[in-house]
Amino acid sequence: MPSKWNFGTIGLKLATILGFLFIHIPIFIIIMYAFSTDEKTFQFPLPGFTFKWFGVAWDRNDIWEAIILSSQVATISTILAIILGTLACLAVYRSKFFGREVISFLVILPIALPGIVTGISLRSAMSLFGIPFSTWTIVIAHATFCIVTVYNNVLARLRRSSHSMVEASMDLGANPWQTFRFVILPNIATALLAGGMLSFALSFDEVIVTTFTAGQQSTVPIWMLTEFIRPRQRPVTNVVAVFVILVTTIPILVAYYLTKEDEGGKK
Amino acid sequence: MTNALDKFFTFLFYRKGLAIFLLLAPLLIWLGVVYLGSLFTLLIQSFFSIDSFSGVIKREFTLESYYDLFRQSTNWDIIIRTTTMAFTVTVVSAIIAFPIAYYMAMYAGPKLKPVLYLGVMLPLWSSYLVKVYSWKLIMAKEGILTWCLQELGLLHLLDVILSIPVIGGTSLSFSYIGMFLVFVYIWLPYMILPIQASLERIPKSLLEASSDLGGGPAQTFRKVVLPLAFPGVVAGSIFTFSLTLGDYIIPTIIGNSSYFIGMAVYTHQGTAGNIPLAAAFSMIPIIIMMVYLMIAKRLGAFDAL
Repeated sequence: MPSKWNFGTIGLKLATILGFLFIHIPIFIIIMYAFSTDEKTFQFPLPGFTFKWFGVAWDRNDIWEAIILSSQVATISTILAIILGTLACLAVYRSKFFGREVISFLVILPIALPGIVTGISLRSAMSLFGIPFSTWTIVIAHATFCIVTVYNNVLARLRRSSHSMVEASMDLGANPWQTFRFVILPNIATALLAGGMLSFALSFDEVIVTTFTAGQQSTVPIWMLTEFIRPRQRPVTNVVAVFVILVTTIPILVAYYLTKEDEGGKK
Repeated sequence: MTNALDKFFTFLFYRKGLAIFLLLAPLLIWLGVVYLGSLFTLLIQSFFSIDSFSGVIKREFTLESYYDLFRQSTNWDIIIRTTTMAFTVTVVSAIIAFPIAYYMAMYAGPKLKPVLYLGVMLPLWSSYLVKVYSWKLIMAKEGILTWCLQELGLLHLLDVILSIPVIGGTSLSFSYIGMFLVFVYIWLPYMILPIQASLERIPKSLLEASSDLGGGPAQTFRKVVLPLAFPGVVAGSIFTFSLTLGDYIIPTIIGNSSYFIGMAVYTHQGTAGNIPLAAAFSMIPIIIMMVYLMIAKRLGAFDAL
């Protein structure tokens, strides 16, 4: 940068620091409140420090049920998203056919439209066709918006890896299945894992579409939402919030490191 | 068995069209039938009507729901309130995001850059509900914000802000200002990243050329950087606008219980059981977003995504 450009650097730095504080501090505040002895209000400074609420949360069955349901939904949706997304990627990558843009648009649509639209349209279709609400209706909804994370990750990786390896494999007498299994799959493995991780985090956290497609059951976000509106034990909600932060943050960090390495040199 | 599979794959290998079709079919069936089908069902349902006595949905084509929707002035209020909020949130997010994105793209060194990038990515992806909830803690009457202002001796300032008509309220967590703050907080990362991406793509040589030709920093910024970064701003605005338009959690948890489009849709389909009206209502964000996306495409935002 030419030195001329330094005129506003201090202001710029300050704006960046303030901006980062703004987007990060609230998350730390939640973590802090999980250790508060205060039971009824959101008093600050905290009156005391305790681990008690972690124990209380551990003993609550409704929390466990929500966690189990969320994990099931996220796992199945992720697997479905991986299968659907990867197959489509292989087709799109190998050929320049007319519908390529259409596919990308179709995949991004469920997250581009407001969640409420996705939610109500799936719900109205389900009720119109008399499909009873269950774990599976949640899975259908979640897989729909999870495909995009897998699709984007895998397609980006396929575009970066060269096609000559596939040709070499074919020349050496491998059949298409062997080529996929031993050449393409190892190449896209980390991208698949990254996409899957993001998809899991996305599903584990989704609330708007879930409220429309769940019946009586509650996933972790639905459980939290009910607690916000009608609180029973406020500190327990804080503990669950910390748990959710961990469950969504760790996959994102892992996904970041998995996709970062191929940006460097490998081509 | 494996032999049969081998034969099958080899068979497919020589029929590229069929192979591509088979690879794409699952996704097309899923998104084309399940998702687009659902959207289409929603559109159809918006043309049904509900019998006001029995509450049964009449499956005949009518514009009754749309008539109901536009007849009531409260619905207009909801639409105007939601779009105004979405617009304000978008503009303010862009203003806050730009210097951050600018710093990330132009000044941050190779060590700092990934750290900053991750610092924006993490809040973007981490739990939406938890983030909304944290603001409930922050803005509560006995909470951290009140404490800070008290320590700084600025508590009366908060009272002044809250006493502003329309946007004020009894406390921060029951006012438009509070709601606005939370919206900006939640969507800000969605604005930073596209702007940063578009700034990053500006060739440094262009900046040098501008200064060689005698353009001062301010001039270079206005004539070179801003026009090239603008598609990124528009791309970011797609997210902030669309997400605010459809959100109903933030107005439910924080705010003075005045309705937003999302809440209206939710109530009409749930409590009131009036799916046709809810469907008609949800056509509004769809149409607004379609118009918005068309304008955004014109402005070149799609290349910046």
